[in-house]
Amino acid sequence: MNSLYYQKRLSRNIGDKFFTSLSVICALIAILPLIFLVTYILIKGGSQITPELFTLEPNPPGDDLDAGGINPALIGTLIITTIASIIAIPVGIGGGIYLAEYSKGGAFSRFIRFGVNVLAGVPSIIAGVFIYALIVSTKILFGSMYSGLAGGMALSILMLPTVIKTTDEGLKLVPNELRYASLGVGASMYTTILKVTLPSAFRSIATGVVLGIARAAGETAPLIFTALFSYYYITGFGDLFYEMGSLAVLIYNFALEPYDAQNKLAWAASFILVLSILSVNIFSRILGAFTEKTKRV
Amino acid sequence: MEEKLTLFKNRKRFGIEKNIDIIFKNTALVLSSFVAIILLGIILVVFFQSFESFARYGLKFLVTSEWNPVKDEYGAFTAIYGTLVTSFLSLLITIPLGVGTAIFITEDFVPKVFREIIGSFVELLAAIPSVVLGLWAIFVMEPFFRAFFVFLHNFFGWIPLFSTEPTGRNSLLAILILVVMLLPIVTSIARDSLNQVPKKLRNAAYGIGASRWKTIFSVILPAALSGIMAGVLLALGRAMGETMAVTMIIGNSNAFSWSILSPGYTISSMLANQFGEADGSQVSSLFYAAFVLMILSLVVNIFAQWLVKKFSLKY
Repeated sequence: MNSLYYQKRLSRNIGDKFFTSLSVICALIAILPLIFLVTYILIKGGSQITPELFTLEPNPPGDDLDAGGINPALIGTLIITTIASIIAIPVGIGGGIYLAEYSKGGAFSRFIRFGVNVLAGVPSIIAGVFIYALIVSTKILFGSMYSGLAGGMALSILMLPTVIKTTDEGLKLVPNELRYASLGVGASMYTTILKVTLPSAFRSIATGVVLGIARAAGETAPLIFTALFSYYYITGFGDLFYEMGSLAVLIYNFALEPYDAQNKLAWAASFILVLSILSVNIFSRILGAFTEKTKRV
Repeated sequence: MEEKLTLFKNRKRFGIEKNIDIIFKNTALVLSSFVAIILLGIILVVFFQSFESFARYGLKFLVTSEWNPVKDEYGAFTAIYGTLVTSFLSLLITIPLGVGTAIFITEDFVPKVFREIIGSFVELLAAIPSVVLGLWAIFVMEPFFRAFFVFLHNFFGWIPLFSTEPTGRNSLLAILILVVMLLPIVTSIARDSLNQVPKKLRNAAYGIGASRWKTIFSVILPAALSGIMAGVLLALGRAMGETMAVTMIIGNSNAFSWSILSPGYTISSMLANQFGEADGSQVSSLFYAAFVLMILSLVVNIFAQWLVKKFSLKY
């Protein structure tokens, strides 16, 4: 008669132990790279941080005594991501509003949702190739080729699917009772959307959009032949139409340089980029957990 | 939703307000169609730009590996082979690791706090920019794995995949960095689909006396399989298009070799490397390569979405 008590030596229990330890090992392997990577960047990059880093131009490679700073790349990243946001956020939120509030699940909205998913899967370098063909090689922007503006447009293509998706999903979570109440007191459709549904979905939309911006700030591939790179300070509005540096392209260019000083600059830029992206991510995670808790009460 | 709209249509309104409403709706409609316009625009622009090269080389472009701007001879076989071999081999490593991690996160082996910490760690890994991973790969991973590659060549050199003497940067390093990049994708999608498996399936299996792993292998994994498959396909699409980390570590050589221990090329790394300085018919050939990459990733993505739609909500 088999005992009903747990028996260690039963083959099924040994097998269970084996697979359990296997999955523990998998999880360990999965988080090890992140721990190694983040600690390495924090130590290696953090040790390069000086006040001059934020104020100086990078010196051209070859001068291996002093690499200078990353000021133009830092400002460039801010500008290029701002351009991308200015294009992608209104278009994305408008599109999301249409999908969530107006469409009735017909062929058009299904096609758009499908297109959003497909566009999200298009390799980022293809977005760069597209903008290159459309704007850089045609010199359509006042006769200039590579420009910060073109870089921002390329990044906006990558942000657009994220913004539409988060708006669509955020609005769908708003209970219909709110809409009925607003329409019931005589508000029109657009006031209902602008004054009632959008504000109540604001936090989830904002979280998604901010994560999308953080993602775009780290994108490199579309920038290497749209915005290219520049060593010089950004001084005015006109610089939008010329080559513009960015942290991501600086890391790429200087990582491949044989000079130690430039490599160090790449590590410092990585430190700043990773730190800001991770803190945005962690912040939004905390915010998300917090809202979930308050909703349940 | 429909009920709400009819309610609204039958109401009497002042002219201006009605017009604003119509304008608002149509603006939203136009903005949402931007997605379709951009997608079609990308396909058409890349196709027409590659036309010159397509007309000259035809399908020969796909199977020859000459890349000579001086003689105007172009063939992308090295890059296509590199794209396929790096993405498939990296997936082969990632799938067991990612699914194993997902099982660990969804089953209650350890207290919930630990599982959530590990889960968010893996997801944070997805937020690290690929160019930073490339930097790390060049300066930390490459020296770390050098001895291992030499060992691999010495013992398995008779396999064509390992037949060349390992050089500094090579395809295998690109495969390894791709594993790091794909792990979060596969893990988070596998976790979502495992979480969606209804509790009663699990309880039924436990009820008839199945052990924990018997339940996982025979009940939970099959039930979640379609979601996991779709996640794997999305990861495959990502792997084929991944550019920066791969470009920085793969060695960028157009000399064809079966071996993954030699420097190689992928389509995206070729684009990243040459687009800035290309001119003449080289540009058209690069667009042709970009077109091939786009078709590959579109097919994989559409197939993934079809899979999700076809098999979701089965339980």
